[in-house]
Amino acid sequence: MATRLKDTDVVIIGLGAAGGVAAWPLAQSGMDVVGLEAGTWLTSRDFAPDELRNNYREWPQAVQKAQHEVPTQRANAGAPTVRAGSHPMMNAVGGTTLHYWAQSWRLNPWDFKVVSETTRRYGASRIPRGSTVEDWPFALGELEPYYDKVEYEIGVSGQAGNVRGKIDRRGNIFEGARAREYPMPPLRGSGFTDMMGTAATGLGWHPFPGPAAINSRTYQGRSACMYHGFCNKGGCHVDAKNSPAVTTIPKAQKTGHLKVVTRAHVTTIEVDRAGRVSGVTYVTDGAEFFQPARVVLLASYTYENTRTLLLSKSPAYPDGLSNNHGQVGRHYFSHNQGAVVTALFPKNLNTWYGLPAQGIGVDDFADDNFDHGSLDFVGGGNLWVYSDRRPIGAASMFTFGRPMWGSAWKAFIKENADRTNTAYLQKTTLPYEDNYLDLDPIVKDPLGFPVCRITADYKENERRIAAFIQDKMEAWYRAAGASEIVRGNMGPMGVATHAYGGTRMGDDISTNVVNRWGFSHEAPNLGILGASVMGTSGARNPTLTAQALAWRTAEHLVNNWKSIST
Amino acid sequence: MKSGSDEQISRRELLKRAGAVGAVAFVPVASIVSARTASAQGGVSAPLAVVREPLVTLTSAEADILEAVCARLIPTDTNGPGAAEARAAHYIDRALGGALQSSRAVYASGLAALDSYASSSRGSRFAALAPGDQDLVLQEVSSGSAAGFPNGAAFFSLVRTHTIEGTFGDPAYGGNAGFVGWDLIGYPGVRTVVTADEQRLGTVARANHKSAYDYAMFTKASP
Repeated sequence: MATRLKDTDVVIIGLGAAGGVAAWPLAQSGMDVVGLEAGTWLTSRDFAPDELRNNYREWPQAVQKAQHEVPTQRANAGAPTVRAGSHPMMNAVGGTTLHYWAQSWRLNPWDFKVVSETTRRYGASRIPRGSTVEDWPFALGELEPYYDKVEYEIGVSGQAGNVRGKIDRRGNIFEGARAREYPMPPLRGSGFTDMMGTAATGLGWHPFPGPAAINSRTYQGRSACMYHGFCNKGGCHVDAKNSPAVTTIPKAQKTGHLKVVTRAHVTTIEVDRAGRVSGVTYVTDGAEFFQPARVVLLASYTYENTRTLLLSKSPAYPDGLSNNHGQVGRHYFSHNQGAVVTALFPKNLNTWYGLPAQGIGVDDFADDNFDHGSLDFVGGGNLWVYSDRRPIGAASMFTFGRPMWGSAWKAFIKENADRTNTAYLQKTTLPYEDNYLDLDPIVKDPLGFPVCRITADYKENERRIAAFIQDKMEAWYRAAGASEIVRGNMGPMGVATHAYGGTRMGDDISTNVVNRWGFSHEAPNLGILGASVMGTSGARNPTLTAQALAWRTAEHLVNNWKSIST
Repeated sequence: MKSGSDEQISRRELLKRAGAVGAVAFVPVASIVSARTASAQGGVSAPLAVVREPLVTLTSAEADILEAVCARLIPTDTNGPGAAEARAAHYIDRALGGALQSSRAVYASGLAALDSYASSSRGSRFAALAPGDQDLVLQEVSSGSAAGFPNGAAFFSLVRTHTIEGTFGDPAYGGNAGFVGWDLIGYPGVRTVVTADEQRLGTVARANHKSAYDYAMFTKASP
């Protein structure tokens, strides 16, 4: 029997990128918030610059909930189901923002209006067959003030390309209008990224330093980045990476209105007879608790958001919470991050230090920033190169056809360990009718609950984008002097760090789980945070958008507390 | 309890004892220097006397095979010290009792299968074969064509991965002794602050020979 805890105004499930941001405007307004986090606190002592531990073994988490709940995956309903060995996300206060790359992009204007803009420019027949993509219920302008709040509150460095319509060619000329500059200048370039920037300009492209939730100078009392080279799957030893764990969460705690509960493994969102959510049941060390709340905000990762809803069955929601229209788990997609390009240069690049966010981007071939009239796909990709290398990874480099061991191999890596580079190519992925999440019929977690199952594959549109973007990336590397190039495969559409959908946001209750404010169409006092509400991916990292949406949902709750909570 | 306590003598104690009788302890500094000199002179270095540490997980017979495999994967040659001097096998031996525990049984069966394939195909145990013959055996195993060793390719790949970890990983885990792996590929060492000048093209930071755990600000990892 669960121990019933004291009532609270709001309970947030998951204090990661989204939940950790939402806690701040709520606590600031004076609401009493309980934040349930499966992981624990980590400190800078835990963030050793140790490649073996960070990149080749499990992160030093005290709690490995996510690792016990790795989703299963299959390409389609008839394909064999497999399961990856590990989950790319982690449990901790701050979640995966502790070790993410911290690239903090705003989506471009097109990403909000894929259907109407494609139809307007190329005709409705250009929407790929089988895609369930919809326009967002609002345009970029609606989200702009929340992007701004997050950028200034947690601290994002970058170079603006469009301030109130005035284009600045030092930044991304394709971005939508922003109200003001970034709060910090961009991270510095390295010799390698400067070289790539020059090559892109020579091709007539528009390179720019990208935005990062990393301090380029001291910000709000926290240190500037030290460029030490262990940011990729590593935490920051000087708190220059602006996770909610060092920004919004401590700030919310200081108000006295946020109670952080760690090692809380949420199992069910409870529902009353009227179909309203009444609180959350969680387990800590085998003991069960019920945390009653007037409003519940579900802010775990995309896979766990869908899974938690499907596991929370009740008379009012026999197929899972907020799933009476069968939309939970639908419109799932993960970013097309495969199909990489790797280059070998005839000279050392000196990229032993730096970080994935210390790079140069090209947006000329993303979204609808170029004419698709004579092409056979919609969308595109962002090209990104950066300064980042560590010794085990360097020694494990692709050998471009040379031997893989012995003296010849040793001579090759001695010469070339610092001469290779792999681009990060984020490409548009659309949702499709037959790509979805549900519960696995066989595989269960240690508590006996089914894990999430991914049924998804890339379609023709994604494959065509990948080939197109690889061509562009190869041209860029060649222009910079690369001597050899190899292209990677797209790979399966498996467990991903950029996973979207499952609880999509939209006005139409028959195709979306949450309304334009992020609250359930069916259970009015249930809000959902994270990229699971996003209906399009754009060609860039989702975190800042998930955070802006989370802030907006929290602010909407503050402004409409009475109508939502009763 | 006498034999039990003998088995549990700490590594530190054994190193002290080794030092007391004048043996080279565990970083074969002299060997490294001679290998570098040989490399600089373009000559072929003499076989290096690498002193092995007490075993944590592997049997003595298993360790003999593993040491020999590591020494062929990343040989000691004109390009300097290899996996033997880095003590990659020592790294693997320790890790098989810790983070790589789940691979312990794979090593037991894989090393035994490798040795019996060497015996059946070349008439000698693997460690006793000439380097050229060892290379041929490893080629056959890695391509999956070694009779009686159907999982040879997967085992080879696993050992290669771990040998790279033990040669190029942080010395805190027992490999990369004397930073020979990092020096080989030019990695200048763990820093907590990196300047703009240290990231320029055409420059290279000074090799500082520092492990993550030479910085007291971090909590030590387990092996």
